[in-house]
This record gives sequence, C-alpha cells and structure tokens, in this order.
Amino acid sequence: MTKHKAISLGMAMAGAAALSMTTGLGSALAADWKPAKPVEFVVMAGKGGGADKAVRYMQGVIAEEKLGPTITPVNKAGGSGAVALNYLKGKKGDNHTIMFTLNSFYTTPLRQPKLGVNIENFTPIMRMAEDTFCLWVNTARKDGNNIKSVDDFVKAAKAAGDKWIMAGTGKNSEDNLLTDFLNSAYGLKMKYVPYKGGGKVAKQLAGNNADSTVNNPSEQEGFYKAGNTRPLACFTDKRIPLFPDAPTFKEIGKDFVYYMQRTVVGTPGMSADAQKYYNDLFTKVFNSKKWQAYRKKKALQGDPLAGDDLMKYWKRERDVHKAMLKKMGAIK
Amino acid sequence: MTEIVYLLLDGFYVAFQPLNLALIVLGCAAGLFIGAMPGLGSVNGVAILLPLTYLVPPTGAIIFLAALYYGAMYGGAISSVMLGIPGASTAVATTFDGRPLAKMGMADKALTAAAVASFAGGTISVILFTMAAPPLAHIALVFGDPEEFALMMLAFATFIGLGGDDIAKTIFSICIGLVLAAVGFDTVSGEPRLVFFDITNFMDGVKFLVLAIGIYGIGEMLWTIEENTRAGGASQLSKATVSLKRTIANLRELVRSWKTMVMGSVLGYVVGILPAAGATPGSLMAYGIGKQISKDPDSFGKGNVEGVIAPEAANNAASTGSMLPMLTLGIPGSPTTAILLGGMVLWGLEPGPRLFSDEPSFVWGLIASLYVANFFAVVLNIAFIPAFIWVLKLPFTLLAPIIFVLCLVGGYAPTQSMYDVWLMLLFGIVGYLMRKLDYPLAPAVLAIVLGPLAERALRQSLLISGGELSIFVDPVNRPYAAFIMYAALVLLFLPLFMMIRRRLTSGKAASTEPS
Repeated sequence: MTKHKAISLGMAMAGAAALSMTTGLGSALAADWKPAKPVEFVVMAGKGGGADKAVRYMQGVIAEEKLGPTITPVNKAGGSGAVALNYLKGKKGDNHTIMFTLNSFYTTPLRQPKLGVNIENFTPIMRMAEDTFCLWVNTARKDGNNIKSVDDFVKAAKAAGDKWIMAGTGKNSEDNLLTDFLNSAYGLKMKYVPYKGGGKVAKQLAGNNADSTVNNPSEQEGFYKAGNTRPLACFTDKRIPLFPDAPTFKEIGKDFVYYMQRTVVGTPGMSADAQKYYNDLFTKVFNSKKWQAYRKKKALQGDPLAGDDLMKYWKRERDVHKAMLKKMGAIK
Repeated sequence: MTEIVYLLLDGFYVAFQPLNLALIVLGCAAGLFIGAMPGLGSVNGVAILLPLTYLVPPTGAIIFLAALYYGAMYGGAISSVMLGIPGASTAVATTFDGRPLAKMGMADKALTAAAVASFAGGTISVILFTMAAPPLAHIALVFGDPEEFALMMLAFATFIGLGGDDIAKTIFSICIGLVLAAVGFDTVSGEPRLVFFDITNFMDGVKFLVLAIGIYGIGEMLWTIEENTRAGGASQLSKATVSLKRTIANLRELVRSWKTMVMGSVLGYVVGILPAAGATPGSLMAYGIGKQISKDPDSFGKGNVEGVIAPEAANNAASTGSMLPMLTLGIPGSPTTAILLGGMVLWGLEPGPRLFSDEPSFVWGLIASLYVANFFAVVLNIAFIPAFIWVLKLPFTLLAPIIFVLCLVGGYAPTQSMYDVWLMLLFGIVGYLMRKLDYPLAPAVLAIVLGPLAERALRQSLLISGGELSIFVDPVNRPYAAFIMYAALVLLFLPLFMMIRRRLTSGKAASTEPS
C-alpha cells in the first residue's frame, strides 16, 4: 500500500505540474542564427514507432509549409534510448542536431549510470505534446466475458491470477510502471510480457493473445475504431475527448496520472542563438493547423513548454521517475 | 466475386492515370537502383523518398512507394548474383546459387531467373491478395508468440543440411551467428547483453547488414584477390556473356521450373502476411523447400537455377503479403511497411480494419498498381541485364576497389555511424578466415536473421505459458502453432530419412557394382 501511495503522489504531482505550467514560448522576433545545412533530427526509437511517426510528420509540416530548413530524421534505436543519448552527448556544441525524446530520457540515464549522461547538460527546445495512456481490453474475449468497466476488469483479472497477460512495450518501461501500479492498487497478479513496440502490443490484444494493455491511444486507435478493443479508463487528469465513455482513474478513486513527454531537445552546449531559432521554428510547427490536427487525432495533450520551464519540468519528472524505478527495484 | 472484379477495374482506372503510371515507372526504376546497391534496401529507399510524396496526392504517393518497394525487391537480387553480396536480408538466399551461377559464366541466366521469378511471385501474390484479403487478415491477427516461434522453427528446419557435409563446422557457424544476434538490449529482461568493452554502440546490437556485407562483400573480395594473385594477375570477376538468343533460351528453360515458382510465391505470400518478419524468413524457407522438392537437390548451392527462383519468387510475394496486415490491421509486417504506414498517417489516411470500406479507391488503386508495377519491374530488369553483365566484364583490378567502396558506403549509409564500418571490416577478415578454413558462411547469416526473432518469440511464449513447453504442441488451444510445429518436426527428420534411404539404395548399387 505504501508503494501505491508513493507512486500515486508522484504521478499526481507530475500531472498537476503539466496542467498548471505556463508556457515560455520563444519571442516572435527572427533569430540571428540560421542553419547552414540540413538539420539532423535524431529519433530515440526505431523506424515506424510512435516517436518516429511524429518526427516524420513534423518533417512533413516543416517542408510543406516552408517553415524552415531541410530536416533529416535519423533513427538511433536500441538500448531504450541509450544509443541516441550517447550520440547526442557526443555532438557537443553542434547547432545542426536536435533530438525527439520520450520518458526514457529520464529512465535510461538513471538505469545506466555508466552512460555518463546528465540530462541537465542538454539544451531544452520545446515540449510538443504529452502522450496519454489508457487501460484497454478486447471486446470479444475468447472466454466470452464482456468486460465493460474497471470493476469487471478487476474481477476477471483477480480470478485469472498470474494467467492474466498484460502486454506492454519494453521491460521497466512506462507500460511496466503502469502495470505495477495496477497490480498493487487493485491487488492483482497480472503477468507483464514485454514486446518491442506499441503496434505489436495492440495486435496481441486484438488477436486475444493478451488480456489487456496500457497503450497510448494512437497505438490502439485502429482497433478501437473497428470495435475490437475498448478503453476502460485513462491515466489522465480529464477524460480524453476521443473516448467520452472512459473515466479517468482519478474519477474512480485511484489518483493516478501519467503522461509521456514528446519533446524536442538540443545538443549540450548549443549556442543561445541556435536555441532561439529552434524555439521559434517549433513554435510555428506547434501552432500549425496540421500539428494541432495531429494532436487531436492522436489524443495528445500538454501545453508547449520551452527554455527554463522545460528544464524545471525535466528535473521534476526525473525525480518522479527515480522514485518509481526505486519502488520497482530497477535501480538502487 | 463480381464485386471484386468491378472494384479492381476501378483500381486499374486509378493506376492508369498518367501521373500514377509515371510514378509507377519512376518508382520501379528508383527501387531497382536502390535495391542493387549493397547495403541499401527497400527500407532505406522508402525512408529517403518519403518526403517527396507530399508533392502528389495520397494514392499517387503510396503507388510510388509500393513500386519502389517492388523495384528494390527485384534489384536486391542483382548484387546477390553479381557480387555475392546480399543487398538486403531478403536477398540472402539468392546468393546461395546466384553467385555460383555467375562464377560459371551464367550470370545472365541467374538474373533472368531472378526477374521472372520475382514477376511470378509478385503477380501470384497480388492475385491472392485480391481474392482473399479479409480472411487472411484474421489469421495474421490471431498469430501470437507461440505461432511465431513455431514458424521460426519451421524456417530453421527447412535449412538442415544447408551448411554442407561438415556438421561440426556448420554448428560452429550457427553459434557465431547466434552469439552476434544476442548482442544488444534484451527485450524481455530489459538488460544490455554482451556489450564488449563497455562500448555503447554494442547496445544497438550487431546489424544483419554489417555482418552480411562484411563476410560476403569484404571477405569474399579478399579471398578473390588472393586467388587472382595466385592465378597470376588481373582477370575478370567472372566470365559473362549475354545475347538475345541466350535470353530466349533462358526464358524457355525457366518455364520448366514453374512448380518451384508457384511454391515460392504461395509460401512467400503466406509468410509475408504473418507479422513476424516479412520477406526474409519467407525467402529462406522457400529456398530450403525448393531444395527438398527439387529433382536434383545435390546441385543446390553449387549453381542450380531453382535455388535462385525459389527465394526470389518468395521475397516478392512476401512484400505483397506484408502489405495486408499494414492495410487491414494497421500493423506493419516488415520494416518497410512500417514506414509506409507512417506515410499513410501523414497523408491523412487511417490504416486499419476500416480502410477497405472507407477508402476503396485508395486500396484498389494500390492493388491494381501492384499488377502494373510488376509488369514494369520485370521489363526494366530484363532490359538492364546487358548493362549489369557489362559491369562484370570490367577488369578485376578496376572492379575490386569499386566494390570495396560500395561495401563501405553500404555499411555506413543505413546508420551513418563509423562503428558499423569498423565492425564490418572486422567481419570481413573473419569471413575471409572462415572461407580459408572452409567454414560455411550461410548458417551464420541465417542465425543472425532468425535467431533474435526465435529467441524473443520463445521467451514471450514461455512467459505466457508459465514455462510450459506444451504451449507449442497444443492442438486444442493453439491449433496453428501445433500444426506448424509438427510440420517443422517432419521437415527436420525428412532429410535424415532420405539420407538413410539413399544410403540403403546406394549400398545396394555398390554391392552389385564393386568399386
């Protein structure tokens, strides 16, 4: 029980922070510095995943609306972002390299101190969104049990014990954290089985090879629209407009809020002018109709966040994740 | 059925729009070129050219990228045959017989066979796609970890005996591949493994292409240089000729191998649909089965044209197959379709169970364009064969440095990291030594492709079952897994049975005819 309390406190803090944060957008004045060559946009994950899709989408927006330079996405998958973080660390002072990060931005340096990565050295550019998480089940289970609410879910999962399979992306990842929370909050023994990507996880559920997932809406969306899978509740502050019938965990008495950052970060020691340039660029991307439409469609939340405010947010989130990883036993 | 015909005709109307037709031809040509470059495969091609597609409407964009995907599948065979370097993992099996054929001066025969088999594979699979998309999508959906593991076992089983006669050396080669495959992050435990000297790059794992270009490209080149020096100086990489007469004779001969083509196509298509790994296991399995059903299995690996036909039919069929889960489930069946999927989202389309009903002109335009793309790809490919042969005729002293440069670029391009280049050069030396000591190379490459897939599926299955192996042979709850596993066991013991039978018959022959 203490475990659950500590986690939920941290989560609530993070959630409240996300809501109350006022934004520090860059000024509208044109920056003096301009890229002299194509800009490398490092993706902290493999091709075809959620982060990769978002980067290629932004690349498209920048190219189509002629907002800025040529953007070249470069995938540095592997090691839960360790490879990408190490790469960016080595590009010290490079004004033509930026990266798109997730929450492994906090967890990977914590879990692998050998990397020698201190995220405070990176240059904050802009948080483009926060992705959300929901609890999903199949609408046509093999055993015929039609699970419609968290109560139904708890009853079924309790009865199944460790035969209940929760599929998720990666070990000691966001999905793993949420599964641990559900297990301790409801006294369940669900078995967590890690897969390589959100798409694969969604498919395990839709094909009845897993009993539940805690996927991002964008990952489960296709099957939701086809009526194959159903969100029971979401780890958000407010109900997600796409799923008006799914309550938040807060509403049903478990104060648990968790988001995943989708943030643009610059190299350590990037010049202030370059930082300002990218700040302006991504402000324009953020405000574009296309990005707003993408956010809406993928149920992304979170205000834009830049500069010192973004750095403060990183530090706070890192502390939250440190506490969670300790509870999980992933770090000492 | 009539409805499908009408929809398909509508699709052809879309595909034959001047812009779309031009995009098909352009895509095929670009794909052919990208596929032919060692190191660059359909994944890189589609990723590099994705931004160009914002200039045209979504249907044109997917048609262009699909044509490119196809073209790259055709093109992958070219460097496999000519240089013995698989341009992509999907073309590994093509090197097994394509390269020996080229060495015997029959590169034109191998290239023609690859082009025609690709055409057969592409066309048969598109027909299958047209007729039965939705029911097959269902199979893709229920396919879980135990089924994937059974499939990988089937792929390994079809390959028994591939390494040659020295079983100890074959096992050693497989082990090297498996160890290299284990480097990097372990999905199930989330811990890094085999990160030598704490070099962070090892966390990224050892990529297939780095190994393949290293041991096949660099290693093979070193070996050839040594042989040439011993033979007394510069010669050509292989004797090669081409003429219209030869091409016609080659085409005639290919008709006789129609059974292998159909087998490779159907197998490739079915394996391609399953969201396990796309075209690579499909082409490897087709090669193995092609050998088993061949009238002359002993010549496989020494330059049997059926050894080119089977994998080439399968990898093209699989590339069509892997579009099915992408379109109907929104799940990519291969890395390339993963990028296509990202593109579709950008163009404002919603891949998933409702795409067929919501966007019929897009879906059927794509299907029709696959028929058309196949046609152009085979024509372009055969037309270019003389040019490829001409390259092979260049003096070896000129060709060798060019190939080295291509290998280095191929190792660097996909990840833009020098770490991969150094690793590749290291594998080149290892590959050279293995050749010199007569170790088979193919099993190592096979293990690095299939090993990680098999390992992950096995561990995930055992997590689900709580450690019970019975999950793989449970015909009631897991009929697909059990069926595939039984098939794998049969295939595993079939060569043994055949060998015993052959021993017995040859024993009889020997007794009547003393030597």
